[in-house]
Amino acid sequence: MSGDESSSAAPAICARGITRDFQAGQQTIRVLHGIDTDIRAGELTYVVGESGSGKTTLISIVCGILWPTEGEVKVFGTDIYDLSDTELVKFRLNNIGFIFQQYNLIPSIDAANNAAVPLIAQGLDRLEARDRAVAMLERLNIRDQADKLPSQLSGGQQQRVAIARALVHEPRLVVCDEPTAALDASSGRRVMDLLREVAVAQDRACIIVTHDNRVFDLADRILVLEDGRITHDGDTMPEDH
Amino acid sequence: MIWIAIRMLTGDAQKFYGLVFGIAFSTLLITQQLTIFVNLIERGASGTYNVSSADIWVMDPVSRTTEVNFPMPSTALDRVRSVPGVDWAVPHLRASASVRTSEGDLEGVSVIGVDDATLIGLPRRMAVGDTDVLSQPDSVIIDDVGVTNMFEDGQDPIGERLELNDQRAVIRAVADAVPSFTSQVTLYTKYSQALRYVPGTRNRLSFVLVGASSEVSPEALTRRIEEQTGLRARTREQFGQDGIDFIIQNTGIPLNFGITVALGFIVGVAIVGLTFSLFIRDNIKQFGALKAIGVTNRTIRIMVAAQAGLVGLIGYGLGVVGTALFIWGFSAVPTFKGFYIPWQIPLVSLAAVTLILALTGWLALRRVLKTEPAAVFR
Repeated sequence: MSGDESSSAAPAICARGITRDFQAGQQTIRVLHGIDTDIRAGELTYVVGESGSGKTTLISIVCGILWPTEGEVKVFGTDIYDLSDTELVKFRLNNIGFIFQQYNLIPSIDAANNAAVPLIAQGLDRLEARDRAVAMLERLNIRDQADKLPSQLSGGQQQRVAIARALVHEPRLVVCDEPTAALDASSGRRVMDLLREVAVAQDRACIIVTHDNRVFDLADRILVLEDGRITHDGDTMPEDH
Repeated sequence: MIWIAIRMLTGDAQKFYGLVFGIAFSTLLITQQLTIFVNLIERGASGTYNVSSADIWVMDPVSRTTEVNFPMPSTALDRVRSVPGVDWAVPHLRASASVRTSEGDLEGVSVIGVDDATLIGLPRRMAVGDTDVLSQPDSVIIDDVGVTNMFEDGQDPIGERLELNDQRAVIRAVADAVPSFTSQVTLYTKYSQALRYVPGTRNRLSFVLVGASSEVSPEALTRRIEEQTGLRARTREQFGQDGIDFIIQNTGIPLNFGITVALGFIVGVAIVGLTFSLFIRDNIKQFGALKAIGVTNRTIRIMVAAQAGLVGLIGYGLGVVGTALFIWGFSAVPTFKGFYIPWQIPLVSLAAVTLILALTGWLALRRVLKTEPAAVFR
């Protein structure tokens, strides 16, 4: 289920013919038009596009939280939409780390316990999970904030806690949605530097949805999405953007 | 994850206390009102509870309770005594009268005439004095509720003279009795004395109290008495239940208390439902994030159930303790004398609280389960 059968040469994510329709009253709106793409491990891949271009829908499908209308997605060799609901949830828990734009930290538990949530959900003892989360916070240089509640942290610190939560269970795919949107320029840059440092690994794919052009230079690969279609796939942004 | 669920709940102190208050208030209302209701209707049986030595009450066929009775001719006593299996049978009179105190206050009282020889018909315990005082002329024993109703705090009723239906009566003891449903003052005196106090028609005997011999059960003996005398005979338990049923059938009490209990339930659903749904609404992003991360719907259900369970446990505990404190605090007030919480009532309120939490938890949970994990990316 975790895709152990995949060879090292195979892409981390293989998406074929991804189409997604949404119903708006009587009208059917096609948000994605038969997307074909491969995402490789060891790379920081950006998905870039205007609002409404379909980038959030694409990563939602790629990470198994939104069913495509058509097409198939293989994550490390596993066709995730062939899995049962329960298997898919477990697959996400064991293989994918999420970083949300609004962090979505639990306000009433401290930073370390927030970072430990995936481990606790996996069934690890809470204190052991917390220790591992604290170690991850240390890697992100906020060990001293481990006992603080989210409300006592700055936006950049909260985002680091969210990154710790996404990485603490060592997932093979990390998905970030606009990780710098709520941060100022310098904090955003620092977070992206950090993300590149800790999230990118030989056996891990990292996809970032962003339209923050201040951090485009940190990408290994950039996919540009326009009206539900990939219009550019390269290691830099096209000049007309 | 249960720990996280509990921290999510307790971290929002305002809503947490709101939920606990809702459950505690509902529990208090339901438990307290049911307790008062049960104890109040049990007062319908106080007349039989107070005469614990009688196995059987025999009466005119139209009599229904100790208060609603039709007098029989005195020959009824001999007819009952002649029935095989009757160990003893004594006359018992119950009637209403007016009494005027030495201060000139007028009070409606219930006069109970007990057997002259054996004093069967008196409450078992005396609060002040002894039953022997009835051998003195014009003696009456007043019940403790009567002392509270007729005399000021600290005033000693012993030796007080009363004008009972134009005749002299002297209080010489105080009985420790279960008050009647109406908490009316009760005066106990000898049967022969009661006949003089209470004017009446040819027939004056209200009841014949019977002790069953050891060879026959009270139930069998009641049937035998009815067959052989044509009178109505009820065991002590049956007659007590008759008194309770009479109140249920002839007063609006069950309906009124039922409405209050229903209101307690509705208020509980409203407060808890509203607060719970606000709590879920405020945490919907966090629940969505948990679902995206890989927390199963089953675990989410367990989390919400744990939150509801914690709120229920604390709120229910507070409500029941509140009721116990209420009953204890008012135990000295005659209206609440002898009140207790039957063990079934906390179970009923527990069931009501469980239902409230199940209902509100289900409504709140529906919203969480409907939330698509993808919503966290929007």
